[in-house]
Amino acid sequence: MTSEFAVELRDVVKRFITPEGIDLNAVDHVTMQIKNGEFFSMLGSSGCGKTTSLRMIAGFEWPTEGEVYIEGRPMGHTPPFQRKVNTVFQSYALFQHMTVFQNVAFGLEMEGADKNEIEKRVKRALEMVQLTGMERRKPKQLSGGQQQRVAVARSLVKVPDVLLLDEPLGALDLKLRKEMQLELKALQQQLGITFIYVTHDQEEAMTMSDRIAVMSKGKVQQLGTPVEIYERPANRFVADFIGESNFFEGKIKSLAAKEACVVVPELHAELIGIPVSDGLVNGEEVTISIRPEKIHIAEKGMSQNSFKGKVTNTVYIGTDTHVFADVHGKRIKVFEQNRISRLDPGSFYTVGQDVVLVMMPENVLVLKKG
Amino acid sequence: MLQRLRENKSAQGTLLALPTMFWMFALLIIPLLLTLIISFGRRSPDGDVIYTFTLDNYARLLGYSTDCDNGASACFNSLYLQILWRSISLAFNTTFWVILLAYPLAYFIARANPKRRNMFLFLVLIPLWTNFVIRVYAWMMLLRKEGAINIVIGSIASLFDIPFQPLEMLYTPGAVLIGMVYEFLPFMILPIFTSLEKIDTSLYEAAADLGANGIKTFLRVTLPLSMPGVVAGTILVFIPVMGTFIVSDILGGRQVILVGNLIQRQFLDARDPTFGSAASLILMIMTLIVTYFYTRKFGFGEEIVVA
Repeated sequence: MTSEFAVELRDVVKRFITPEGIDLNAVDHVTMQIKNGEFFSMLGSSGCGKTTSLRMIAGFEWPTEGEVYIEGRPMGHTPPFQRKVNTVFQSYALFQHMTVFQNVAFGLEMEGADKNEIEKRVKRALEMVQLTGMERRKPKQLSGGQQQRVAVARSLVKVPDVLLLDEPLGALDLKLRKEMQLELKALQQQLGITFIYVTHDQEEAMTMSDRIAVMSKGKVQQLGTPVEIYERPANRFVADFIGESNFFEGKIKSLAAKEACVVVPELHAELIGIPVSDGLVNGEEVTISIRPEKIHIAEKGMSQNSFKGKVTNTVYIGTDTHVFADVHGKRIKVFEQNRISRLDPGSFYTVGQDVVLVMMPENVLVLKKG
Repeated sequence: MLQRLRENKSAQGTLLALPTMFWMFALLIIPLLLTLIISFGRRSPDGDVIYTFTLDNYARLLGYSTDCDNGASACFNSLYLQILWRSISLAFNTTFWVILLAYPLAYFIARANPKRRNMFLFLVLIPLWTNFVIRVYAWMMLLRKEGAINIVIGSIASLFDIPFQPLEMLYTPGAVLIGMVYEFLPFMILPIFTSLEKIDTSLYEAAADLGANGIKTFLRVTLPLSMPGVVAGTILVFIPVMGTFIVSDILGGRQVILVGNLIQRQFLDARDPTFGSAASLILMIMTLIVTYFYTRKFGFGEEIVVA
C-alpha cells in the first residue's frame, strides 16, 4: 500500500456527445478520496454519473479531464487488464461457455498461475461465496443469486486492491437482496478489501457503506457517513433523495451564536433557536427541512415551534403510521412509530381531529437555497 | 368429433403437420425413391430406362470398368473416384477459405458503429441480387487470358519494360476455388456476424477486467462464443458446394469436373439417367456422412438457426 487512499478522483470530468450532438458532462468535476479498506458507495438515480465514475476507475472509460489515482498512482490510459481492481458487473457478465470453475479460474490463468495454485484458490473463493460443489455447472444452470456469487468469486479470487461493484444486486428479489447485502458486507470486513459500490437504492447504500457519495447530474452532492448524510444533508437534493422530508421556504430573521430565528410564511409562524451552520447570513432566503419521524404530535398545548393543524389522513404501514396534517393549507407528513398495539381503532388519530405538531429546534435543518 | 379434437393435443399437431407432410412426401420422398429405383436400372440403347435390379452403375462409379485397353473383360478405372475425391476436397477447401475470409469481415462489421453496420451488411448482400450464373461469368471475364486481371498486370509490366506472358488462370482448379469462395462468402459472413453481434459487450470488459489482453480475450471469449455462427455457416456452405456444377462448368471447363457436372452430363449429354441417379445418391450419401460427423462434434449452430 503506497497511499492512504485506495482510489482517488481528482477533478474528473467525463464528457460525452449525445446522439443529438450536445456535449454532456456525465461526470462533472468530481473529486473524491476512497480510503483503504473502506466500503464506499456511490448513490444516485440513473444518469447521475455513478456508473461512469466506476467505469473510469475500472479503466473501461478514460476521463476527459482530471485524473484517477489507484494506490497513489495516476492511471492515465492504463487498460483495465493492467489495473489491480476488479469489477462485478450488473449483468454478472459470466462466460456462458465456461463452467463455474473455469469462470473463476479465468483471471488466475491470465496471471499465469500454475494449475495447483489455481485449483487451490478457486476452491477457496467458491467456499467464500458458499458455492462449493457447483464447480462443474454452467452459469445457465444456476439461480440469479448463485450467478451473482460466481461473479463475486471470479473477481475476489484475483485478490484485487479494490473491488468495484456495479449494482450487483439489481436483478435479485428483495429478500435475496437483503441477504446478499449482509453477506457482501461481511465478506468485505473479513477480507479488508476496499469495496466501491454503485447503487440507486438508498437503503442498500445505508445498510452497507462506511461512507456514501450522493451524486446527481454528474456532481457529488454530498460525501459522508450514512448518519451524516441522513441527519445533516448538505442540500435540498440530498434531504429529498435520502429518506423523506418536509420542506418549507423561509427567511433568516435574526442570527446569533449559531442559532437562528427563521420566518416561515407558509406556516404563518417563526421557528426559534434553530442551530445553523456557518455561511448563512441575516436576511438570507433558505429552505427548511424536517424529517417526518422527527415531528412530534400532541393533542393540545402550544409551545415554541409548534403548529396547530388538522389531520387529513392516516396510513397504517405496520412499523409506522403515517399521519398527514394540514397547517394553513400546507400538508405536513409525520411518521409515528407503532410502539403500542394498534388493534384498538381508538389509538389512531381521526380525520379532522385538531392536533399540535411540535418541531424540536435540533431536528430542524436550515439549507442554503439553490 | 370436433370436441374430441379440441381435447387431443397430439391429434391437433398431426393435423397441422399434414399439409407439410404431403408436400414433403410428394416433392422429396417420391423423387428420391424414383432416383433410387432408376439407379438400379439399366440404360436402353436409345437412352431409356430399363427397370431391373443391377448394381452395375454403383460398380462403375467405384472403378469397375468393362472398357479396357488391354482387351481384358474387366479392369479398374479410377476416373469417377477421382471426380468424387475432387468434389469433396474442393468442398473442404472452399469452406476453409470462406471461413478464413468471412470471419475477419464479420468481426469488422459486428464491431463497426451501428450506423455503418447496416451499410456493410447491405454491401454483403448486394451481390446476391444478381443471378448466380451471371456472377460466375463475371469471374470468367476477370480471369481469362484477355481478361481484366491480365490486362492490368500486363500494362504495369509494360511500364517497366518487363516481358509479360498472360497468365493462364481460367479453366484451372484455382479458378473454380475462387469462384466457389466468392459465391458462398455471404452465407458464412451472415451467421458469424449474427453470433458475434449477440455477444454482450460486458463480456469483453469482464475479460479485460480479469487481466486478458485483446488477443487472449479473442481466443478465450470471442472465438468460442462465435463458434455457433461458424458451424451454421459451414453447413450452409459445405453442402451446396458439394453439389454445384455451374461454377466448375464455367470456370473449370473440361479441366475440373465435379460430381455435379458428372450428374448433369449423364442426364443431359450422355442420356444415361440410371448412372446419373447412382451418382446423385452417392453424392447425397457422402454429404450426409460428412455432415453427420461434423454436427455430432459441433452441433448445428442451433443458437444461430433459432435466432
